[in-house]
This record gives sequence, C-alpha cells and structure tokens, in this order.
Amino acid sequence: MISIKNLHASVEGTEILKGINLEVKPGEVHAVMGPNGSGKSTLANILAGREEYEVTEGSVSFLGNDLLEMAPEDRAREGLFLAFQYPVEIPGVSNANFLKTALNAIREHRGEDAMDAMEFLKLVKDRLQLVEMDQKFLQRSVNVSFSGGEKKRNEIFQMAVLEPKLGILDETDSGLDIDALKIVANGVNKLRSPERSFIVVTHYQRLLDYIVPDFVHVLAKGKIIKSGGAELAHYLEENGYDELLNANGKAAA
Amino acid sequence: MPQTPIKSEYDDKFGSPEQQETIEKITKSEYKWGFTTDIDTDLAPKGLNEDIVRFISAKKEEPEWLLEWRLKAFRQWQKMVEPKWPNVKYPEIDFQDAYYYAAPKQQKQLESLEEVDPKLRETFDKLGISITEQKRLTGVAVDAVMDSVSVATTFQKELQKHGIIFGSFSEAVKNHPELVRKYLGSVVPYTDNFYAALNSAVFSDGSFCYIPKGVRCPMELSTYFRINAANTGQFERTLIVAEEGAYVSYLEGCTAPMRDENQLHAAVVEIFVHDNAEVKYSTVQNWYPGDENGKGGVYNFVTKRAITHENAKVSWTQVETGSAITWKYPSVILKGDNSIGEFYSVALTNNYQQADTGTKMMHLGKNTRSTIISKGISAGKSQNSYRGLVRVGKNAENARNFSQCDSLLIGDKCGAHTFPYLEIKNSSAQVEHEATTSKIGEDQIFYLLQRGISEEDAINMIVNGYCKEVFRELPMEFAVEAQKLLAVSLEGSVG
Ligand SMILES: Nc1ncnc2c1ncn2[C@@H]1O[C@H](COP(=O)(O)OP(=O)(O)OP(=O)(O)O)[C@@H](O)[C@H]1O
Ligand SMILES: [Mg+2]
Repeated sequence: MISIKNLHASVEGTEILKGINLEVKPGEVHAVMGPNGSGKSTLANILAGREEYEVTEGSVSFLGNDLLEMAPEDRAREGLFLAFQYPVEIPGVSNANFLKTALNAIREHRGEDAMDAMEFLKLVKDRLQLVEMDQKFLQRSVNVSFSGGEKKRNEIFQMAVLEPKLGILDETDSGLDIDALKIVANGVNKLRSPERSFIVVTHYQRLLDYIVPDFVHVLAKGKIIKSGGAELAHYLEENGYDELLNANGKAAA
Repeated sequence: MPQTPIKSEYDDKFGSPEQQETIEKITKSEYKWGFTTDIDTDLAPKGLNEDIVRFISAKKEEPEWLLEWRLKAFRQWQKMVEPKWPNVKYPEIDFQDAYYYAAPKQQKQLESLEEVDPKLRETFDKLGISITEQKRLTGVAVDAVMDSVSVATTFQKELQKHGIIFGSFSEAVKNHPELVRKYLGSVVPYTDNFYAALNSAVFSDGSFCYIPKGVRCPMELSTYFRINAANTGQFERTLIVAEEGAYVSYLEGCTAPMRDENQLHAAVVEIFVHDNAEVKYSTVQNWYPGDENGKGGVYNFVTKRAITHENAKVSWTQVETGSAITWKYPSVILKGDNSIGEFYSVALTNNYQQADTGTKMMHLGKNTRSTIISKGISAGKSQNSYRGLVRVGKNAENARNFSQCDSLLIGDKCGAHTFPYLEIKNSSAQVEHEATTSKIGEDQIFYLLQRGISEEDAINMIVNGYCKEVFRELPMEFAVEAQKLLAVSLEGSVG
C-alpha cells in the first residue's frame, strides 16, 4: 500500500523527521504513538501533500506511484485520506455540497460518472448511520460551530463516503467522549477490509482497544524508535515513553 | 407631488482617497462576453454641448419640459467638478472625446419580437437573455437595453392586466408623461453629483416601472443593459415607483463587449417607495473589466437611491464583478417611520480592477432600520474599497443599523479598504458595525484539496461560501448566475 523509506523532512530549516521507515500492506492497521511534538502530524501532513514541509531525503511509494511527486488532490483521488487533527471550518459551504464535489472529483479521476443528487443522498444517509450522525449535519456549513467531537465524527463520515484505500487518522480520538469513541472506532472497523489500510495516530491505548492494530510504532524526535504488535500499546500505557526514550538514548550514544 | 429629499451635501466629502499601491502586471481570465454586434448605429456627433443635449431630446421626440430639465442639468454639470475622494485612480476623462448618443438604427415601431433585427436577437442569445416567447417560461419579463434604446419588451400584456407599467424610459415619456414628470429627479435631483448631473443631461434611455397601489407584481422584472458601440458612454435612467402597499422584485444585469478604450457608464436609478410598499432591486454587474494588463474596461459611475415612506422597505442586492472602475453607492433615504433599508453586496475585483462601493443609509423617520452586509473580494492587483455612511437624523428616534463589512484577499498583491462613516444626531440610535479582513485560508484550501477537489474549485467554493449571505437574497436563477460569474472572474487569480 504505502512504503516510506528513510524520510527526512524539515520546516523552516528545522529538521523534524529524521529518517522514517514504515511499510503498510493492504488490509493492515498501523498505530503510531509518541510524545507531543515528536512529528506524528508532520508525517501525516507530508503524506497528504502539505507544502510547508520540505522533504530533504527519502522516498514514499503509494500504490506503486512516487507519492512525493503527486499533487495533494491527486493523492486524495488515488485513495489517500487524512482525517485531520484539527478539521477546518468552511463558512457558507454545506457539508453535502462539499462532499458531493469531492466524491465526484474522485469518481471523475477514476473514469466514473458523476453521482446524481438522488444516489448521493442515498449514499450519505447510509454513511451517516455508520457514525450515528444526524442528517441535519448535511446542510450545515463544513465544521462551522461543530463541537470538537462532532468535527472528528465528521471526518470519519467523510472517509466513509469517499472510501479511500489508505486512511490516516490523526488523533481522531482526542476530544471524543467514551460513547463517541466507540461509535467512531466502530465506524472505522466497519470500513476495515483486506484492500484498505489505516495509519492511526493516537496518544491513547483506549482507542486501540476498539480498533485493534496489527502493528504499533513509537515515534520520538522524528524517528521510529520501537515497533511491535498491539501489546506494545499496553506496555506504553503502563510505563509511558520515558524508559523507551532513555533506552534509545543510550543505544544511540 | 413627492417631496425633494434632503440634498446630499455629504456626497462631496464621502472620504479622502487613500494612496494606491503601485501597479504591476500579470494574470489571465478572459472576458467571456466580449463580442461586438455589427449593426448600423445612429451616432450623435462627438462631444458634449447644449446642441448635443437638444439633439438627443429631439431624436427622442421629447416634450419641451424634459428638454428644459436636461438643459438645466447640463448647465449644472458644467459648474461641477468630478469627485476626487473615491479610492480609485484613472487618467483624466475627456468628456468632449466621447459620443453621447448611439441608437441601433431601427426606426419602425415593433409589433412582436420576431421583428427584432436578427443580429440583435443573436447578441441577446449569446448573452443568454430570454427575450423569446419560449424562454419566458421562467417567468421573467425582460426589457433589454442595448446602447441606450430599449429594444424589446416582453410580458407587457400580463403586466398591463395588473396596471403595471414596465418598459423603456422613452416609451414612458410618451405614454405616461405625467408620471415621469412627477417622479423624475425626485430621489436623485440633477444637482446631486457630477455624474448624476451628466446623466440627467444626456440620458438616452433606461427603464421605467410603475406598480399601482396594492399590486404585488406577479413576476420578477428584469432589465439587461449592454454597451455595444465603441466609445459611447451609456447613460441609462431607471425610475421605479411603487405605490402604497405595492411590491416588486427588479433585476438588472449588465455586460459589455471587450474594447481597448475605456467606456464611460454613468447611470442613475431612482426608486420611490410609498407607504407600506416594498421594492427589491438586484444587480449582477459584469461590464468588461479590462484585460489582464489593465487595458480597457468600463468606467462605471452610478448613482442609485431609494426613498422609503412609512412602513416601506427597500433592499439593494448587488453582485459586482465587472468594470475597470466601479463607483457606486446604492442608498436609501429612510424618510417614513418604521421603514427599512437593506444593502447586500458582493464586490469582486481581479487583475487591475478598482472598486469603491458601498451604501448610504439615511435615517430620518422614527424606528427606521437598516442592514448592511458587504463582502469584498480582492484578487490579482486589484483594489477593493467599501465606503458606507450611516446617518441618523435628529428626529429619527430609535433608529437601528447593523453593518457587517468583510474583506477577503486572494494573493498578496491586492488591497482591501474599509471606510465607514457615522453621523449620529439622535442619542437613541443603536448602531453596530463589524468588520473583518481575512486572507483566503491556506488551511481551508488544503482541506478541500485533501478531499480530491481541484484548487480552482476549492477557491470558488470558499469564495461562494463567503458570499452566501448575499447570494441568498438574490432570486434563484440570478444566484446561480452570480456564482458562475464569480468563478469566471476568479479564473487565473491563483496558481
Ligand atoms: N508549520 C510548522 N512550523 C513550525 N514548526 C512546526 C510546523 N509544523 C510542525 N512544527 C514543529 O514540528 C514538531 C512536530 O510537530 P507535530 O505536529 O508533527 O507533532 P505531533 O507529534 O503531531 O504532536 P502532538 O502529539 O502534540 O499532536 C513540533 O515541534 C512542532 O512545533
Ligand atoms: Mg499531532
């Protein structure tokens, strides 16, 4: 699905990613954990094509294409979806209109016909149920005056409509109450399939109780310092990052 | 006899111009409506003097009183100077170097639309104007004005049933001289300002609309203006009268062909709203804005004003995307108690366009209310200014105004300016003003890109969303057209 090799990136001259290696195969769920400021969102944003980061070294291949050469909209059309840590508000643009435009842009890219209003409505109603969102959110402006939790749910709703091949979830669990967490996790689980992969960025073991990952990686100071199975998250929950960081510090010294 | 409104002495001191940024070159976006029609035009000789005024009046077979009125306006104009306070820059206009009358040669009175010159019809078709019978299914009666003379008027019969008069100004002068005489200049006197005086002297045609007492106009009335002949100024005069308890929604759309020279346009719109009546006036203006280097384009100096009597209401809604220079402040004199004035505006400038637009709300009556929603969008190297006056007279107890003026910048070579003026002479007034200036958000664009939407569509979507509050005041078809127009006008503004 995606293969990240020795990825280095900096912003305004400061190196933030210092050699990331990550291989995600179809159907896999990878969790990325790590302290604040370690570079998790930076990684997600670079994969999505945000311009302010400069990739200084390394390569990323996505479904056989050189991802770093692709425009952000083409990455999305090819099936890469980022659920933002901080979803953006777009006043005056209805959620429905926004999603329909997005869906049809993706369909056009795939050589499919644009979806008409009826079909679209059927689809979105179905997907709203997946995240237990009310229909009134369709007519509201994108994320405007949504609560923190509603914004996160809206991200997963969009993912369910656009059906990407790779979903990158950047702290989708933060700001969710326990019921909403279950709903969101449930939604993601329903989207899991042998063809679809996920990279789930989170600080909390709790989410991983619901979305059970195949792999867990610890990102610290721009590098993946440890990888393991689902049990690694449990270990971190109990012990925190300190021990790992210290061990890594010593190993590096 | 309607009373002459307060003279607008503050026209002269609306605001001092701000120094403009140095102008550079670039960007694209071609004018879609740029084609000229080859019809023999009937031109008056170049230049402006009393003889030209007489020529125009004679051509139109006007009564003596109207000629006298024009001449008074002309003499007034000679004594006036061009206003210099708008935040726009352009080379000195030589008013003697233009034609003041151009009529499509077509003398015969027309019985039906089929008789209209096919080339003219073609022009209108290209503009997408529905003047043919079939197209009128949309329920829009169109009075099309090309180079000042009204060419065809539709839906006359249906309107006549209700006693509504809607047609060209010239026809109205012939058929309803008493009405025209009563109201002409009653809201915008020829002494009002330089361009209004000029218009009063040389106006060639325009639209006249009269809604009798208690009548709700059953359809939207629409006028399309279009400048065709080279180097002719277009001076239309529109007069709308809504009698007691009447209602009308009026649409004005404009386009002009592409030309290198600058074309002068100085229109006057007067709206007289009697007790309990309501008028909605919507404009979509896309006169030729000039090319991407700032060459050519229409100079648009317009005076639009309404006067409301007791419990009456007027809303101006405008979407301004065209013209090299726009100078325009649709205003309301809230004369009657409990009357309401509204102004909803989207003004978009790109390339080298300059717009100085806004409104004046003049509260004279008690419990009068006004709302101002202005959305300015600047792209390219353009300059976009909002200029608004809220004036509360000393007898206007409990007047209320809410103003919201937002500016959106696309790119970093354009400018947005806001000049709000307040003159409050009654302490019971409640006046609220909000203003924001923002750059189109990189975060917003990226969010849409990440969902697979192209950059161009992303910007259109954000801009349209930003204008939503204004667009929803427009009639449906007009709103759709306005959205498309924004998209076309924004082409080439990014990347
Ligand atoms: N656009 C930017 N300009 C300057 N610094 C940046 C920018 N983006 C990220 N950084 C810096 O890069 C580092 C990594 O940030 P990033 O957002 O990737 O961390 P994170 O792992 O997602 O943290 P958190 O868990 O708090 O979300 C931080 O020190 C941050 O301040
Ligand atoms: Mg983060």
